[in-house]
Amino acid sequence: MPRYLLSVHGPAERTDSGTCPSHEAMLQAFAATGAFNERLQRDGHFVFAGGLESATTATTVDGRGEKPAFTDGPYQETRECLGGFWVIEAADLDVALALAVEGSKACRGTVEVRPFRTAESVRALPES
Amino acid sequence: MTGPTVAQAITRVHQEEWARVVACLARRFGDLDVAEEATAEAFMVAAERWPREGVPPNPGGWLATTATRKAIDWLRRESQRDAKHREARIVYDDTPPEPTGPVEDDRLRLVFTCCHPALAMEARVALTLRLLGGLTVPEIARAFLVQETTMAQRITRAKAKIKAAHIPYRVPSADDIRERLAGVLAVVYLIFNEGYLAGEGDDPVRVDLTDQAIHLGRLLRTLLPDDGEVAGLLALMLFTDARRPARVSHTGELVTLHEQDRGAWDRTLIAEGNALVRERIEAVAAGGGPPGRYQLQAAINAVHTEAPSARDTNWSTIVALYGRMVLLDPSPIVRLNRAVAVAEIDGPGVGLAEIDRLAEVLDGYHAFHAARADLLRRLGRGGESRAAYDRAIDLAGNPAERAYLTRRRNQLAG
Repeated sequence: MPRYLLSVHGPAERTDSGTCPSHEAMLQAFAATGAFNERLQRDGHFVFAGGLESATTATTVDGRGEKPAFTDGPYQETRECLGGFWVIEAADLDVALALAVEGSKACRGTVEVRPFRTAESVRALPES
Repeated sequence: MTGPTVAQAITRVHQEEWARVVACLARRFGDLDVAEEATAEAFMVAAERWPREGVPPNPGGWLATTATRKAIDWLRRESQRDAKHREARIVYDDTPPEPTGPVEDDRLRLVFTCCHPALAMEARVALTLRLLGGLTVPEIARAFLVQETTMAQRITRAKAKIKAAHIPYRVPSADDIRERLAGVLAVVYLIFNEGYLAGEGDDPVRVDLTDQAIHLGRLLRTLLPDDGEVAGLLALMLFTDARRPARVSHTGELVTLHEQDRGAWDRTLIAEGNALVRERIEAVAAGGGPPGRYQLQAAINAVHTEAPSARDTNWSTIVALYGRMVLLDPSPIVRLNRAVAVAEIDGPGVGLAEIDRLAEVLDGYHAFHAARADLLRRLGRGGESRAAYDRAIDLAGNPAERAYLTRRRNQLAG
């Protein structure tokens, strides 16, 4: 079954209540997200999910050179950043989009839906 | 059979059968690229062989068979490096597909796939014209005034997204169909409007696009005969297109509804539009749910076309219909149209007061300034009218419309 990454994006700046307007709102979002995760598991869509610490806790690594380079901070300097994600299995994009609508409501964030590359799509890449 | 007759037969078959053959192959092979290329090849073979051998008794069947063979050939060649089992399944498995929605028609599935909300509007338009309308990529590029390579990329990217994101080839569930159908109708109407009042370029009317939109409207009507908005959109396009012969003067200037030679309107198209509107009025009277925006717009156009002259137009019915449209869609453009009709009943001063309330949102829209200019002229406020015409001319992209507005401005005294 096709796999999709549902990634949640929101403002890079966070307060004590994350990107939510208040502590109560954050607790409600956690509860709703938990319920959504259970629904994904129950219906056989769930593969993996997680919320991320703020982007300021990231370290960027470049191992392509002779000596690896470590930089404090996220790779992209933007006002919006990745806050968390789900990896789900869904029959097609319509199913994935419908789940993303529920997920977006639950976590109070905008969700990007992106298909995973499959063995078939890799095989179909041009050889030259 | 003589040459021209065969050519006509091919044109007719192309219009009637293209979408059916593409849709049938798309279902069978699950790949829009294969479906489209094989169908195009089959038509090429027809164009080469039919003049010599005659048109086959069942041209649609002949094309479907030929296209299927081409698709299998193509997949065989591909399978030299790709999974062989897939080819085997496609070639030998003739089991019918599982039922996938309330209406099991391949073409309807193709419509909803091409107009999927996950695709950008311009991609939906391009795919619909290619896969359902059978326009070639250069034709679509020319119609939308973009480079052929840009259009080819746009279509390729849309098809790649359909494949990679697994956009389903299916008719949406009964619950979703109303919502998704609105998007499909928007695509068709956008094609029509781009042809009818081209925003750019030198041609005031692109008949290839208006014809294509009406063709798609008829196709949708065949597929969804009970849907009121499908009937409404088709009627609206027919009424609008019926006025085309009177709409641009021989000097290339736009002729407004007020000044059009009503004898030049196409009566056959009007009769067809009227029949659709009557059917909808009966359906609504029988409890079929309130009319949507396309039905209301069609009804407004029916009122215009039944009037023997502009001054005999039943403006109060038009204002009432616009009033219902405002309830459905309170957008400033609908309110602008309503205000123009109000001016016909309550006078230009009342109309202008309503229009001026929309100034902030519609300042960048040429029709807003054109409507203001006309009302200011009727109120004898020449200077302000001239300024409004200037602004409308600056913003109007269509050459016939610019010519009309320029003449009206130059007619102002002083």
